[in-house]
Amino acid sequence: MALSRVSSSSPSILLKPLSSYLSLRRRSVSSSSTDPLTVETSLPFTAHRCDEPSRAVETSAAELLSFFRDMALMRRMEIAADSLYKAKLIRGFCHLYDGQEAVAVGMEAAITRKDCIITAYRDHCTFLSRGGTLLEVFAELMGRRDGCSKGKGGSMHFYRKEGGFYGGHGIVGAQVPLGCGLAFAQKYCKDENVTFSLYGDGAANQGQLFEALNISALWDLPSILVCENNHYGMGTAEWRAAKSPAYYKRGDYVPGLKVDGMDALAVKQACKFAKEFALKNGPIILEMDTYRYHGHSMSDPGSTYRTRDEISGVRQERDPIERVRKLLLSHEISTEKELKDTEKEVRKEVDEAIAKAKESQMPDPSDLFKNVYVKGLGVEARGADRKEVIATLP
Amino acid sequence: MATLFHPTAAFSTSHKLHIPSPISVRKGQIFVVRSDARMNNLISRGAHKSQTQRLLTNAVATKADNSSSSKTGHELLLFEALQEGLEEEMERDPRVCVMGEDVGHYGGSYKVTKGLAPKFGDLRVLDTPIAENAFTGMGIGAAMTGLRPVVEGMNMGFLLLAFNQISNNCGMLHYTSGGQFKIPIVIRGPGGVGRQLGAEHSQRLESYFQSIPGIQMVACSTPYNAKGLMKAAIRSENPVILFEHVLLYNLKERIPDEEYVLSLEEAEMVRPGEHVTILTYSRMRYHVMQAAKTLVNKGYDPEVIDIRSLKPFDLYTIGNSVKKTHRVLIVEECMRTGGIGASLTAAITENFNDYLDAPIICLSSQDVPTPYAGTLEEWTVVQPAQIVTAVEQLCQ
Repeated sequence: MALSRVSSSSPSILLKPLSSYLSLRRRSVSSSSTDPLTVETSLPFTAHRCDEPSRAVETSAAELLSFFRDMALMRRMEIAADSLYKAKLIRGFCHLYDGQEAVAVGMEAAITRKDCIITAYRDHCTFLSRGGTLLEVFAELMGRRDGCSKGKGGSMHFYRKEGGFYGGHGIVGAQVPLGCGLAFAQKYCKDENVTFSLYGDGAANQGQLFEALNISALWDLPSILVCENNHYGMGTAEWRAAKSPAYYKRGDYVPGLKVDGMDALAVKQACKFAKEFALKNGPIILEMDTYRYHGHSMSDPGSTYRTRDEISGVRQERDPIERVRKLLLSHEISTEKELKDTEKEVRKEVDEAIAKAKESQMPDPSDLFKNVYVKGLGVEARGADRKEVIATLP
Repeated sequence: MATLFHPTAAFSTSHKLHIPSPISVRKGQIFVVRSDARMNNLISRGAHKSQTQRLLTNAVATKADNSSSSKTGHELLLFEALQEGLEEEMERDPRVCVMGEDVGHYGGSYKVTKGLAPKFGDLRVLDTPIAENAFTGMGIGAAMTGLRPVVEGMNMGFLLLAFNQISNNCGMLHYTSGGQFKIPIVIRGPGGVGRQLGAEHSQRLESYFQSIPGIQMVACSTPYNAKGLMKAAIRSENPVILFEHVLLYNLKERIPDEEYVLSLEEAEMVRPGEHVTILTYSRMRYHVMQAAKTLVNKGYDPEVIDIRSLKPFDLYTIGNSVKKTHRVLIVEECMRTGGIGASLTAAITENFNDYLDAPIICLSSQDVPTPYAGTLEEWTVVQPAQIVTAVEQLCQ
């Protein structure tokens, strides 16, 4: 099914999220053009109960450049988070997204901020693509006041209401019913927007997912379930966890589409298709075939259940950033040097954000009691010793 | 005596509750709210409620003490009172919707949502499949965007399947998002020990939910407070769990015609007294009142308080009572271990230990699964005779 819309307006939406807060000074004349450019995805889509979209993706030089920059930023941010974790500035759980950046970036390119995205705990990059800033990310990871959740959420609880990003959830699979609820609200308010509920191949075996899918299909909700299949549910490979690892088919009566999740353009095409589809026909499942380079989280080396050869193989052949780099070079949109400069800028940005985040304050003790209830309850809460600290919940 | 006043409220579609000059009546005392609708005088009778409450409550004439007003108001059953409250709120605010099993076309398994589906349509009164985890999660997700769903568990016990959603998402999202998301959801349903319903259908979930930070829990016991609490719960910006009781749905009472909303955090003084404070809620209120009759005949003067608000406790009302009587008896339907009574005992001991003349006695259900056999079931819950004995013991 070919897409009818030529997205000449989408690059401008794209440039807003990440690149806009940094003044763009370089770019040769031809490279910043928004003239439409058609690129073929390297792999075909596989469809279940629907007609797959065309492999020819409408894009532009500017969009490709923004893809590159955004993904490089995300990659750099995750690597920096890795070092911060090892330096014990980030504690607890830290789930890194490097390798999967194409999903976040491609999805954002296809939708607006009025569409909602909800995901699980591997949320740093999705938060960024929805308009979050690096400072908010690092401050939250380090538990500082300037974090997006005021330091009280942590790595797994990033939210951005004005960006339509609903988190950030620690319990596997619980975000899918929430996401279907968001889609329900969109239908209730007659919004013409959709909700993307992201989950992993591990969560795909959760019962609540199928419950929510059933209800979404019954009520015709604009709900798009996106399985980010990185082939490992923590330490368990997908063939050991799922009898049927064809996650896009698991919806049975719900149509599905399998997408090469390492190709940002394919992701963009699929999300665009899915949005149109969901607004007309109800839920659809997208399976993004992707890969994570890090282990499940920082406590997982990631090498006990897969070989280093596998990881480096994927990095060489399917890396999303390299793919866009090759496109940029082959279409002569940018030179090798310019791209390297972009990467250096991005690195600098991340370092600056980290430095700023390190200076940010820790939360005040009174912050412990804030936001338990919405303002106005006046309830008393007691500190650990039950006598010394008596606070009124604001 | 108590008089009725009609609050001339402009219930505009902006959903702000600005009631120009309501007057609230409580058992012979009148509090006037200033016309700028600041709440300070209305509810607060002390330091605890120094914050301006967004929810203006205007409890209109309480029921028991005005036999003179038996001509005004209308009589209905408790489930009808809940339905009235729900219907009024749905009319008032288009964002209110109801989700649950058999709430729509069937009319609700306890008829609380009867007539709503034909009136408001399938998009506002939603029949869900049997998937508590999913539809509770969906209700919470919808609430994150600003809708105000009322999620019904056909029996509170079924909500155990949605425990993760209620605990992690419902209770904690406001906090972990740094205040970005509000979850104005109401989760309601019948619970408690019924008539030989068996162990799995006789659960008291208030004891399981009470630790969850960020939620409020209330239990209704009369048609009057059922309607008021339902309305208050829907208007509240916090997630509220409203516990109804299976055996109380057919209670009949005369309630005012005027619109009224009760306060979610307040306890209800059922019978003022001097000798002992009896704290109770939901169905046990009726066992206590039955015991109270016997006690009065024996010369005791118990003060009976229906705590209504299970989380947070109305320690103000309770404290005043303890300071007056110096003896406390808690009668609840929760199990002995980890129930509401256990928490209440701890709260009272911490706060009011100096005022107590005797240790607190807490009468709860036995720590057993509720058996099917009628006699056994009777022995698991607290009976009036046991209450009488406990009071006599306390007052020695």
